[in-house]
Amino acid sequence: MKRVVITGAGTVNALAQDVAGTFAGFAEGRCGIGPLDIPDVDRLSVRIGAQVKGWDPQAHFSRQMLGLYDRFTQFALIAAKQAVAQSGLSFDGALGDEAGVVLGTAGGGLTTSDENYRAVYAEGKNRVHPFVVPKLMNNAAASHVSMAYGLRGPSYSVATACASSNHAMGQAFHMVRAGMSRAMVTGGSEAMLCFGGIKAWEGLRVMSQDGCRPFSLTRNGMVQGEGAAVFVFEELEHARARGAEILAEVVGFAMTSDASDIVMPSAQGAARAIAGALRDARIDAGEVGYINAHGTGTAANDKTECAAVRDVFGAHAEGLMISSTKSMHGHLIGGTGAVELLACIMALRDGVIAPTINHEAPDPDCALDVVPNEARAARVDVALSNAFAFGGLNAVLALRRI
Amino acid sequence: MTTEEKIRNIIAEQAMLDVADVTPDSTLESLGVDSLGLVEAIFAIEEAFEISVPFNANAPEESNFDISSVRSITAAVQALIDQQTP
Repeated sequence: MKRVVITGAGTVNALAQDVAGTFAGFAEGRCGIGPLDIPDVDRLSVRIGAQVKGWDPQAHFSRQMLGLYDRFTQFALIAAKQAVAQSGLSFDGALGDEAGVVLGTAGGGLTTSDENYRAVYAEGKNRVHPFVVPKLMNNAAASHVSMAYGLRGPSYSVATACASSNHAMGQAFHMVRAGMSRAMVTGGSEAMLCFGGIKAWEGLRVMSQDGCRPFSLTRNGMVQGEGAAVFVFEELEHARARGAEILAEVVGFAMTSDASDIVMPSAQGAARAIAGALRDARIDAGEVGYINAHGTGTAANDKTECAAVRDVFGAHAEGLMISSTKSMHGHLIGGTGAVELLACIMALRDGVIAPTINHEAPDPDCALDVVPNEARAARVDVALSNAFAFGGLNAVLALRRI
Repeated sequence: MTTEEKIRNIIAEQAMLDVADVTPDSTLESLGVDSLGLVEAIFAIEEAFEISVPFNANAPEESNFDISSVRSITAAVQALIDQQTP
């Protein structure tokens, strides 16, 4: 089995439109959540979100390109551009034949669907733009990234709701580890902050109307975000041979299904995924210093997740740090695990633990070290990133400092 | 603007060319407009003239809409406009 390392990272999210800015936001404990600026916001009861502000598609793409790029594709392409540039890889020849793109997204081109449904249903138009289908399809971002860099190996999109990115990155990890490809581009993207995207979530009554406060006694729901993060996963020896800068090693991955409820999380399912990732990585539970929590800020998730962590780590649950960066960048749904992997890389590489901001009061059901409100300096050797999706689909990645 | 001028403008935008470079004798192929560009141009023509163009990309020659040159497209569009006017 090959060892797998990360040699490039890129992102667009509410905190910043690059990795350096996002790390700065994490370190400052900055909140990217604010009033939503979208059409018909007055018809929504949820009016906050972590929007990517100042996004200027024309600055990045031509008119022809924009005819084909939904907002989720735009985010993915810019994040991929940063990641590939940092890796220094070019995908000419044999490397391009084996390298591919696996990206997570739950909604795909939801903004395109929303706009065109509005046109035909609300505005009574009988004609839509010819590129609606290639623009809205779930694999559009993965396909455009493959075209941009000549990645001619296995490429596809993964849609497992809030675990999409972790499932996608886990697949890319497996491919490089198995020797199928020396490099893969992977991560996730989401642009669900349109009227229909928020209205649908509103219906479920799990959204906060005033802020995202994971693990806090005062939490009252999740807040949506948008954006993307994309990484280059590369075989260790290949990266070393070309003198690439290595950001972290991906050492383990596990996925489980609760097989119980379509929305309520299960501590057993989450615990089996966490324990599975440790087993896959051949890591002792005691080595884990930081967990980037799924930490949605809903009553159910946070307490279930803390129970799962206690179950797996026993006494060491008290000795590790667990934070939810969704308090800062919101819940990017299918893109969320990718942005959250950045917090794991920052912990391992820079020794800075991103905080759980908006933590107002401790919840006895979440009595772990949630790194409340302020970032912390700490040396961490192993970090985990949790993602637990609706539908009971759990995916956990394990990273090690290198 | 005449029908022909409007069509030349739409096709020039698709081809990313100056309008002056799009002549009645130009073919879509000579202007570098590919199949996606063609359906986008037809969409723009439908929007601009409030007409419905009977074009199926699977069988262009059976579509009763001659796309062999800018001139033929103009004639076909004009015919559709005339059909609409009682």
